[in-house]
Amino acid sequence: MELFQYPYMQRALIGALVIGLAAPALGIYLVQRRLALIGDGVGHVALTGVGAGLLLNRSPVLVAVIAATIGAIAIEIVRARGRTSGDLALALLFYGGIAGGVLLVGLSDATSANLNAYLFGSLTTISPADLTTIAVLGAAILVTMIALRPALFAVSHDEEYARVSGLPVRTLNLLIAVATAVTVTIAMRAVGVLLISALMVVPVATAQQVTRGFRSTMAAAMALGLFAAGSGVWVAATADTAPGASVVLVAIASFLVVAVAGGVWRVVRRRTTPTAAPAPEPHEVVLS
Amino acid sequence: MTSPVITVEHGVVGYDGRPVLRDISLTVGAGEVVAILGANGSGKSTLIRAVLGLVPISAGSVTLFDRPLRRFRQWARIGYVPQRLGAGGGVPATVREVVASGRLARRGVLRPPGRADRAAVDAALRAVGLADRAGDPVSTLSGGQQQRTLIARALAGEPELLVLDEPTAGVDAASQEAFAGALRDFVARGGTVLLVAHELGPLRPVISRAVVVHEGRIAHDGAVPDPAGHHAEPDHDHVHPHCYDEPAGLWSN
Repeated sequence: MELFQYPYMQRALIGALVIGLAAPALGIYLVQRRLALIGDGVGHVALTGVGAGLLLNRSPVLVAVIAATIGAIAIEIVRARGRTSGDLALALLFYGGIAGGVLLVGLSDATSANLNAYLFGSLTTISPADLTTIAVLGAAILVTMIALRPALFAVSHDEEYARVSGLPVRTLNLLIAVATAVTVTIAMRAVGVLLISALMVVPVATAQQVTRGFRSTMAAAMALGLFAAGSGVWVAATADTAPGASVVLVAIASFLVVAVAGGVWRVVRRRTTPTAAPAPEPHEVVLS
Repeated sequence: MTSPVITVEHGVVGYDGRPVLRDISLTVGAGEVVAILGANGSGKSTLIRAVLGLVPISAGSVTLFDRPLRRFRQWARIGYVPQRLGAGGGVPATVREVVASGRLARRGVLRPPGRADRAAVDAALRAVGLADRAGDPVSTLSGGQQQRTLIARALAGEPELLVLDEPTAGVDAASQEAFAGALRDFVARGGTVLLVAHELGPLRPVISRAVVVHEGRIAHDGAVPDPAGHHAEPDHDHVHPHCYDEPAGLWSN
């Protein structure tokens, strides 16, 4: 606990908590539209932005935001078109993004430690200015995702129905794409581009095993994200492990605990409350 | 006939250059209950998707409530019921949450739900007989109950026109009856209905006009045609064994 007297550890904790809260609030929409791995793809593209930033001596995070936004919008355009070659286009973008990033970082004066900081996160080197960026952007993501929940739910749940409801479907889709890019870039400092998707997706996957509705899933996922971020940083501080990896491992451990506990609970309930077999649906066709 | 709610004039729709609808003209007046009938692949679903602007028409025009589709913005006047609920990514949603999306057309994106919204959602759930399932995840419902959820979602927006794509396909008898009742109430309050159906079943008494689509054209527009051949038998089980030599009936000349 003594470690948290140091300002750099306090910044690490606050940054992790903000990201732990904001990432699942966005991630739930990505999971709902079967884009759970989009954060990974956008992260790859963001790495090219980091490389360009280091090479041009500009703020790597700022350039990464721009690169990730362009990448996320490109992915959204490919998705909206629904062409069969869409996954190949995404693959090109992902691998182009990470190769470009490695190449550009190599060309700059940055060391491999610099690259590692973005690949796997570097919570303890967050500066006060970084923390302000993370807090402001994280709060913006959080407010948007919660305030627009009914509309974002509708468009992620049934896009055609949303269109016939007169919702601004394209704008909402682009909003999710841009929010993904922003979340990826601020989370990059905490867990790194290779682990970003975990914070967006794993708390949602954990929550939806026990929840019944969308709103309760969102609340539970945000609580789980907060818990994983807080205890992950604490584990990292006490056991001297990598903070990003610790946060993600706590999140995955929570998933396993809930999955096993949920399974045991269902078995116990089935044994203790004998219920009549559910009535089968009437046959719709007769197969001869 | 009063002022038309839907007008399609010489509508043509094609996918990848292959025409699905050729020169369709159709008018639906206020208070009418029009069923679009046709065999699988006849283009009947494409017709209502074109009416709603979900597929673009390559020629002709679509007019909704006296406005060209391109300039139509009053989507709250239309309730759309798709064929089935998308599977989604596995995030649970309660019946009430799905039905509440039906209010967005009326409420807009930014305004939080108020008392009128909640009352309309409650009324829609009661209309389809799902009030007691409001808090259950939709994934735990039967196919027929999921279909009723989608109908409640459309009703929650208090539309003037309901557009339904095969609302009774693969739906159990109880749900078909519940649906026919909800439709009767909607029509009794002056609503207009355009629905696509493979066969009418318990909906038959509600339908005021039938349009038969055959090979992308309208083959019949008027009274509900009587089922032909073995389809007319009272205990007819509607089976499609995918054989090529189907007996001559309603869909084949």
